[in-house]
Amino acid sequence: MEHYNMNLTLKVWRQKNKNAQGNFETLQAKNISSEMSFLEMFDVVNEELINEGKEPVAFDHDCREGICGMCSMHINGRAHGPWDGTTTCQLHMRAFKDGDTITVEPWRAGAFPVLKDLTVDRTAFDRIIEAGGYVSVNTGNAQDANNIPIEKHKADLAFAAAACIGCGACVAACKNSSAMLFVSAKVSQLALLPQGQPEKRTRALNMVAQMDKEGFGSCTNTGACEAECPKEISLTNIARLNREFINAGFTSEK
Amino acid sequence: MLNAKIPAGPLNTKWEDYKGHCKLVNPANKRNLEIIVIGTGLAGASAAASLGELGYKVKAFCFQDSPRRAHSIAAQGGINAAKNYQNDGDSVYRLFYDTVKGGDYRSREANVHRLAEVSGNIIDQCVAQGVPFAREYGGLLSNRSFGGTQVQRTFYAAGQTGQQLLLGAYSALERQVALGNVTQYSRHEMLDIVKIDGKARGIIARNLITGQLERHFGHAVLICSGGYGNVFFLSTNAMGSNVTAAWKATQTGAYFANPCFTQIHPTCIPVSGDHQSKLTLMSESLRNDGRIWVPKKKDDNRKSSDIPEDERDYYLERRYPAFGNLVPRDVASRAAKERCDAGYGVGTSKQAVYLDFAAAIERYGSIEANKRQMHGVSKEEIIKLGKEVVAEKYGNLFDMYAKITGENPYETPMRIYPAVHYTMGGLWVDYELQTTVPGLYSLGEANFSDHGANRLGASALMQGLADGYFVLPYTIGNYLADEIRVKAIPTDHPAFAEAESKVRDNIAKLMSIKGTKSVDFFHKKLGKIMWDKCGMARNEQGLKEAIEEIKVLRGEFYKDVRIPGDENEFNPELEKAGRVADFLELGELMCIDALNRRESCGGHFREESQTEEGEAKRDDENFSYVAAWEYKGPSDYVLHKEPLVFEEVKPTQRSYK
Ligand SMILES: Cc1cc2nc3c(=O)[nH]c(=O)nc-3n(C[C@H](O)[C@H](O)[C@H](O)COP(=O)(O)OP(=O)(O)OC[C@H]3O[C@@H](n4cnc5c(N)ncnc54)[C@H](O)[C@@H]3O)c2cc1C
Ligand code: SF4
Ligand code: FES
Repeated sequence: MEHYNMNLTLKVWRQKNKNAQGNFETLQAKNISSEMSFLEMFDVVNEELINEGKEPVAFDHDCREGICGMCSMHINGRAHGPWDGTTTCQLHMRAFKDGDTITVEPWRAGAFPVLKDLTVDRTAFDRIIEAGGYVSVNTGNAQDANNIPIEKHKADLAFAAAACIGCGACVAACKNSSAMLFVSAKVSQLALLPQGQPEKRTRALNMVAQMDKEGFGSCTNTGACEAECPKEISLTNIARLNREFINAGFTSEK
Repeated sequence: MLNAKIPAGPLNTKWEDYKGHCKLVNPANKRNLEIIVIGTGLAGASAAASLGELGYKVKAFCFQDSPRRAHSIAAQGGINAAKNYQNDGDSVYRLFYDTVKGGDYRSREANVHRLAEVSGNIIDQCVAQGVPFAREYGGLLSNRSFGGTQVQRTFYAAGQTGQQLLLGAYSALERQVALGNVTQYSRHEMLDIVKIDGKARGIIARNLITGQLERHFGHAVLICSGGYGNVFFLSTNAMGSNVTAAWKATQTGAYFANPCFTQIHPTCIPVSGDHQSKLTLMSESLRNDGRIWVPKKKDDNRKSSDIPEDERDYYLERRYPAFGNLVPRDVASRAAKERCDAGYGVGTSKQAVYLDFAAAIERYGSIEANKRQMHGVSKEEIIKLGKEVVAEKYGNLFDMYAKITGENPYETPMRIYPAVHYTMGGLWVDYELQTTVPGLYSLGEANFSDHGANRLGASALMQGLADGYFVLPYTIGNYLADEIRVKAIPTDHPAFAEAESKVRDNIAKLMSIKGTKSVDFFHKKLGKIMWDKCGMARNEQGLKEAIEEIKVLRGEFYKDVRIPGDENEFNPELEKAGRVADFLELGELMCIDALNRRESCGGHFREESQTEEGEAKRDDENFSYVAAWEYKGPSDYVLHKEPLVFEEVKPTQRSYK
């Protein structure tokens, strides 16, 4: 791989806090190596801002390995930027060339208010999980693990759904700000497994109800979420959620 | 003299006996008892969920925006359990034995045995929660091997085991939040412990969004804040991982044990430049199938594919035929450093060795062709099939490698080098996981734990969940049973006011420096001192120098650090500054501890103490103890020793040959 250095112009969303008006600020990123990650590029820019006595750009990040789901930048109009199946922290500067202008915004969704600059509040996702994204089994209740054989194919599908990192890119990518891909990933994981069966009806109903309550929009099947999801969570999960939801509605005894 | 409160009786009945005799709290009283849990990683989330289920009133804290983002999420390879599903001779005793030996005989037998005993329950619990572990075609759970063992006892979910386990614990936690048993405080950082009449009674936390300081009461406080590997700046830990919670506990009287025991993981992506913010692990599970080698010739600049088989040195297989590529981490790391220091390293920096999958791809390809009853298959086809198998096992790791390096590991061998990964040291705890401060407990990587001087792969996840699901919920009852008459103490108590003003002053002091250099500047400098002088190899002179250098650096930090913004708002630079301030004290203590321990053991390699073949040489006569340090002030520590008694396992020089 050939390494190169580049100079870039960044148009970054700056917003002091939740209640403040935000605006774009133009920043220069100088001498950026193609080997850096996108967030390392921001480290360099921030170091410069601090040295100049200015406030660095606030952004969420932690693992920088594409697994914690914390990083969340909307880059040149795409959630997590130009690479498919990649989080912001795993995007590398090889994706850009000298002289490029890059626009960086926070997730835009009513249910994800901006806290500062590129940082948003995603606690709505926690509350959706609270509504039913679990199997009700207290510590100590379990039987021997191998007493529940699970067809490998189903286990693999459940695993693929469980790979969701809760980043919220699906919401940011959707023109309706729908959280269906996120909700469907959890509902699918548990619906595919025998352990999830006893609560399957209430789970789908309650999680969807909470999603609506949080102010996420409805799904019109544009597929934008799947295209931007860094974990390539499949749209078939939404179809499965819809089935679960309809069945639950028919058979709900409440 | 430190009392570890190890129950009497034979090793294999201690835990049963303890559980049969410890005090209990009845359900009505549990409702009036409040417990604060710092951290929502595997240890904290499992503890908070289990305590909520039992009926205690729990408050759980984490500094990320959601409990699901704790650093545990990044664990890749797997979790051990003595299930013996593979019928390959595993047992509780063997897991216990491997762990004590792997830890180079510097852990407590009773704790390790308990860990092995509850390991099976963890897998049962996780499967019941819907954790999608890897399975075989028959529908049963699949296993793989990890370093330092000769059985297959590692359960996994592709390269995302930590994620799946944490999401299981997180979902149990959220269920308790919904039921009202747990209150979650995300984006909150614990900045001090409140002690009343000698007991831990609460904390001061900073709301990271508003900057406001908050007081929280608890009948007991649990520190589950993870490890301190980021003292080295570059490590495989998440960016936010820090020692602050554990360090505040140390400053309030909890002893800090074996701080110098750090684990350098052999297989990480090498440093690529000065801009590097963290290092990325390539899971140990890769050593199941990958073969590690360097050229036999010094300064060989040929491409890996141009180096013929007989000019490659598979140095682990050569030096350790019994365990080969699966020797424990400390051994594998030192062996890589030895080859690179001797001039056999590869890549532009020469600080790397190859991890090669070509043989595994061919082997799996042939097996697959056989399975499908294909005959006369070409080599290309075999390789294609083999790549598919390897992709299923390690796909996400290979993708990660490709994204970071821009190279395709299916075609060319990975370049890897050791990096700081895990810390065995931590808060000293007794058998009940209680620190030296009554009512203050520590779980998971934050405690000095069960791993002695070196942790075996896939054992941290096991320990975190053992502590949280199956150990602490019992042992804390033994303490709280005597607290049922203590009413919740109002937070206008002078001890809360005093702790809060201390925290406020600390923050004001940092903000008022208004120097010229960023927090990262100091953090990187500290990291370099630690890596050069308290890293993979340590000696007396280097450690003495490091101690002086860190003191000077700490002085500069308090004179010249610049923190923009102000304290009453979301201010990530201020958060970092507080953490680096604590690292600047901890780093010094690590060097003091490393200097004191004039032996080599596990991850702690003192150059003065090695065998003729360059292996670590323990000194059981003088150092068979846990070094627990009491904080008296910056640079002022008192050593307390907990002697290690081995009744079951005879310490011998470890051999993996
Ligand atoms: C890349 C990588 C891969 C790994 N792979 C494996 C593996 O395959 N198998 C294995 O067994 N182990 C593995 N490990 C080790 C293992 O992941 C960790 O040791 C373990 O997850 C630690 O869990 P924990 O619950 O103790 O802490 P963590 O998961 O680190 O959680 C710490 C928690 O404390 C909170 N916290 C910290 N300080 C404060 C504060 N001051 N105030 C409030 N909250 C605070 C954080 O927000 C977080 O919630 C790996 C480690 C790394 C780095
Ligand atoms: S479904 Fe994909 S985009 Fe949405 S939260 Fe999960 S990982 Fe992120
Ligand atoms: S920082 Fe964790 S996914 Fe990007």
